[in-house]
Amino acid sequence: MEKGTEKLWDVLKDLTDPELPFLTLDDLGVIREIKRNDKNHVVTIAPTYIGCPAISVIEKKIASELKKIGISPIIEKSFSPPWSSDWISENGRKKMEDFGISPPHPRNAETIGDSLLKEVKCPQCTSYRTEKVSEFGSTACKSLYRCLDCKEPFDHFKCV
Amino acid sequence: MKNNSADMVFEGLLRIADDNLILGHRTSEWCGHAPTLEEDLALPNIALDLIGHAQTLYCLACEIDSRYKNEDQLAFLRLEHEYKNLLLVEQENGDFGNTVLRLFYFSTFMKYFWERVKIKCCFKKLKEFSEKAFLETSYHSKYASQWVVTLGDGTDESNLKMSNAIANLEPFLGELFNNDDFTEMCSQNDFLPEPRSIFDSWKNEVEAILQKGNLDFPAIILKKRGGRKGEHSEAFGYLLSDLQYMQRAYPNSSW
Repeated sequence: MEKGTEKLWDVLKDLTDPELPFLTLDDLGVIREIKRNDKNHVVTIAPTYIGCPAISVIEKKIASELKKIGISPIIEKSFSPPWSSDWISENGRKKMEDFGISPPHPRNAETIGDSLLKEVKCPQCTSYRTEKVSEFGSTACKSLYRCLDCKEPFDHFKCV
Repeated sequence: MKNNSADMVFEGLLRIADDNLILGHRTSEWCGHAPTLEEDLALPNIALDLIGHAQTLYCLACEIDSRYKNEDQLAFLRLEHEYKNLLLVEQENGDFGNTVLRLFYFSTFMKYFWERVKIKCCFKKLKEFSEKAFLETSYHSKYASQWVVTLGDGTDESNLKMSNAIANLEPFLGELFNNDDFTEMCSQNDFLPEPRSIFDSWKNEVEAILQKGNLDFPAIILKKRGGRKGEHSEAFGYLLSDLQYMQRAYPNSSW
């Protein structure tokens, strides 16, 4: 954290994601950096997906929150390093599961892109007897599963 | 950046952005029409990714050429001959099999394309973008490949439909791998990889998937081309009139 930006971090830490309103941007690890150059504060965000429609809403939220404390920031998107589901905090994973979304696995050669994913836990009944229904769920960042025990469908946050 | 290299970067970005925008638009046409609810979620999500890639690339292009003030102007307010996309991506969707086969061809190509940009590209912002784009196009390629195998290796009818799709798309594949003076310049300047340099990786992967689906690998011969010069097929005019309708009817409208 750059010195002098503590106040900005503090203002932004409770902002929530428009598509996952029970998670803060902090839980998701979307805000990467806040810096001060000569004239402006630059807030760098890492989109979860390049075409994520929530990004423009997030940018507006950040701008309007900071405006309240008299700051007009420059908001920049960063793709390098690409946003990773590993940046979701422990607390964020917990909240996700409570909300009925199975959180992503830690990223490694086997889980990346969910290619060899074997065990996805049902967030409703905790059974591991689940199967993938579709590569895509309600948003690009999630795939759709169903539980073979409690029969409930659920979203699984992809490992990226 | 020197003027001529700015022109090169602008044109290079436009080619990739237009491919993504037009295929994104075609893919979005499935919204509400896909064979199952799951595919009705998947295809528009992929369309969103493709259009998102286009949007980011158009934004980079706008930073280079001040004639264009924002990405909407590039996406919606150019004339037909100013779009530089491949003929492959503008063709009508056809059936579901034809749609996923085209997506498989294109996203597999882009996966290897971004992989190379990641290793070497003189334009820093594009190099950074490629890290993320590589991951997303890999996912699209995987999704589409599963359908190619499922349908190819399905019933006689689904296999026949996939064979028809292969024949239908075959004339447009040559353009995908066609080097021209421009692509050679991009490669010499370490900006973008030459299309032909991607062929071997692409062929290995596509051939293996088609084989799994009991399908024949198509002949890659340069038959139809023109998209890169702005010479498009009949289908493109209809596509543009749909794509551009809102901005033409209500200039500068926004969400």
